[in-house]
Amino acid sequence: MLNRTADADIASRAGAIVEGHRALEGPLLPILHSIQDEFGYVPTAALPAIADGLNLSRAEVHGVVSFYHDYRQEPAGRHVIKVCRAEACQSMGGEELAEKLLALLGLDWHQTRADGAVTIEPVYCLGLCACAPSAMVDGEVIGRLDHDAIAEIARGVNA
Amino acid sequence: MSIRIFVPGDAGALAVGADKVAGALVSEAAKRGLDIEIVRNGSRGMFWLEPMVEVETEKGRVAYGPVKSSDVPGLLDAGLTDGGSHALNLGLTEEIDFLKRQTRLTFARCGITDPLSLEDYRAHGGLKGLEQAIAMTPLDIVTQVTDSGLRGRGGAGFPTGIKWKTVLDAQGAQKYIVCNADEGDSGTFADRMIMEGDPFVLIEGMVIAGIATGATKGYVYTRSEYPHAIAAMNSAIEIARKNNVLGVSVLNSGHAFDMEVRVGAGAYVCGEETALLESLEGRRGIVRAKPPLPAHKGFLGRPTVINNVISLASVPVIMEKGAAFYKDFGMGRSRGTIPIQIAGNARHGGLFEAAFGMTLGELVDDVAGGTITGQPVKAVQVGGPLGAYFPRALFDTPFDYEEFAARDGLIGHAGIVVFDDSVDMLDQARFAMEFCAIESCGKCTPCRIGSTRGVEVADKIRRGEEPEKQLALLTDLCNTMKFGSLCALGGFTPYPVMSAINHFPEDFRPVPMSQAAE
Repeated sequence: MLNRTADADIASRAGAIVEGHRALEGPLLPILHSIQDEFGYVPTAALPAIADGLNLSRAEVHGVVSFYHDYRQEPAGRHVIKVCRAEACQSMGGEELAEKLLALLGLDWHQTRADGAVTIEPVYCLGLCACAPSAMVDGEVIGRLDHDAIAEIARGVNA
Repeated sequence: MSIRIFVPGDAGALAVGADKVAGALVSEAAKRGLDIEIVRNGSRGMFWLEPMVEVETEKGRVAYGPVKSSDVPGLLDAGLTDGGSHALNLGLTEEIDFLKRQTRLTFARCGITDPLSLEDYRAHGGLKGLEQAIAMTPLDIVTQVTDSGLRGRGGAGFPTGIKWKTVLDAQGAQKYIVCNADEGDSGTFADRMIMEGDPFVLIEGMVIAGIATGATKGYVYTRSEYPHAIAAMNSAIEIARKNNVLGVSVLNSGHAFDMEVRVGAGAYVCGEETALLESLEGRRGIVRAKPPLPAHKGFLGRPTVINNVISLASVPVIMEKGAAFYKDFGMGRSRGTIPIQIAGNARHGGLFEAAFGMTLGELVDDVAGGTITGQPVKAVQVGGPLGAYFPRALFDTPFDYEEFAARDGLIGHAGIVVFDDSVDMLDQARFAMEFCAIESCGKCTPCRIGSTRGVEVADKIRRGEEPEKQLALLTDLCNTMKFGSLCALGGFTPYPVMSAINHFPEDFRPVPMSQAAE
């Protein structure tokens, strides 16, 4: 019962978001970004409202959600760490630092810790390649990562 | 009059503490009763000096860097506001060798102006190109762009003017200008720097493209990994609308043009133009077969110009100063300037805009000054994750589309990632395949399956399982991917792989069992 109420609430909020984007050409990605901003992920319960609003099938909407790395199908941790694993960061020892961070957090890539404190994701380039290695923690960019910076990031999410 | 102090708001500067430096300057100045004005400019592109603080003096702008917030009291004690001497004083910004050696046409204002001040933009030559364009016929604009020799700076190097001509000639009630700002290549950040440091130049370039082709609507498709660029572009578009640079009658010319920013969702393949259009329309970013060309049937099936940020941002200077001026720079069929991005393990990493023709060696050894780690350079990857690895033996290759192609490489979006001698090229070849597997859109088999098989084969070579046979298999796989893939993702992944095999064969030899066991 509780779930049904929650789903109805998600559907109605999603419906309002769809309405707000109706005037756009190609509105689906902006809608999904707004949904993710609103809920922290793209809830399955939001898909019928999007599909109805855009005259698409639910499968089509699901296909788009699942194609893009950004869209989460479940909530992320309170902190989100994105670590660049692309070549410029590799050239500055980024992989070793990333491994260390994973060990400090006790996580593997794409995992959220059981206590919901933190999610860690790989990212392929933040455009900070001349101050590599780099990461983004809760939207803040960090360059020239070293062992101290990695330890500080881990402390920050544990606090 | 207050003293103007510049602290970059570029993401590259923010990543190394620019906000803290700006905050420290404000609070220290207040304590001392100094009347200062902080301008959050773009970056000059010298990232090893970031955060680089500049102060306006009678002699010109004096730079300090790299500045930590804890340096601020000492800098003010040393008379930073008058350009006073200090260990971090770099002298006049314009005299810094890295900047002095450049030819900044596209990046003429980046790092100099306040990115969100249209007055500042105008005061530094902005909108002159657009004013010229308004006085011309669409065909004359297109001809001028064609004559300048400008080629697509996204990597493909297709002549921009020819694309524009196709759209100009195409019939359609609604045409579009789409800016490909999906800068996903590792080692590149020129698009990001322009969007954050001089967003009006991109807007101006897009408006000119609109007038030239009859398009009235533009989209900038950029990456969710670039929140600062998105914010800067959105603010600049608002300002441009208020000042009639965008709207129903651009600068009262009677030409309508408006634009908006669209944000991708973390798919590298959306940098491919047809996948980008699919994504913009709200679908999975799956590559379209060509023809039809986007110029005929692009966004929503309508005629669409799709150009890279740097191509569009180079148009205003071409309109302002003429095709001949621009074409005068460069070599061979590569005309004008190219903003080269030096990244990774480079001592002096940053943005270096120069005429085509400098050699890779000059850029890596001379301009970048080798590696940060001080170890010898083993390889450089040019052109992003789909670009070839070049060994020192090929450092005489000049920066030119054809010269790079002749050496089985590509300029791409002009990023150079420097690696020192600790790099293992088998690892890099494996990563190229792994990246392709992660990012493949899945439409064509060579890319979708080939990349996964490539990772497996690389792992077998690593384990020493029939390495000779596996190497032959990897080469064969690369051939299949190169000639059988629908787009550059699968088609160009063989570049890093094959260049690693060909130029660094020692890294692909089996490790003797005794050593491997250790």
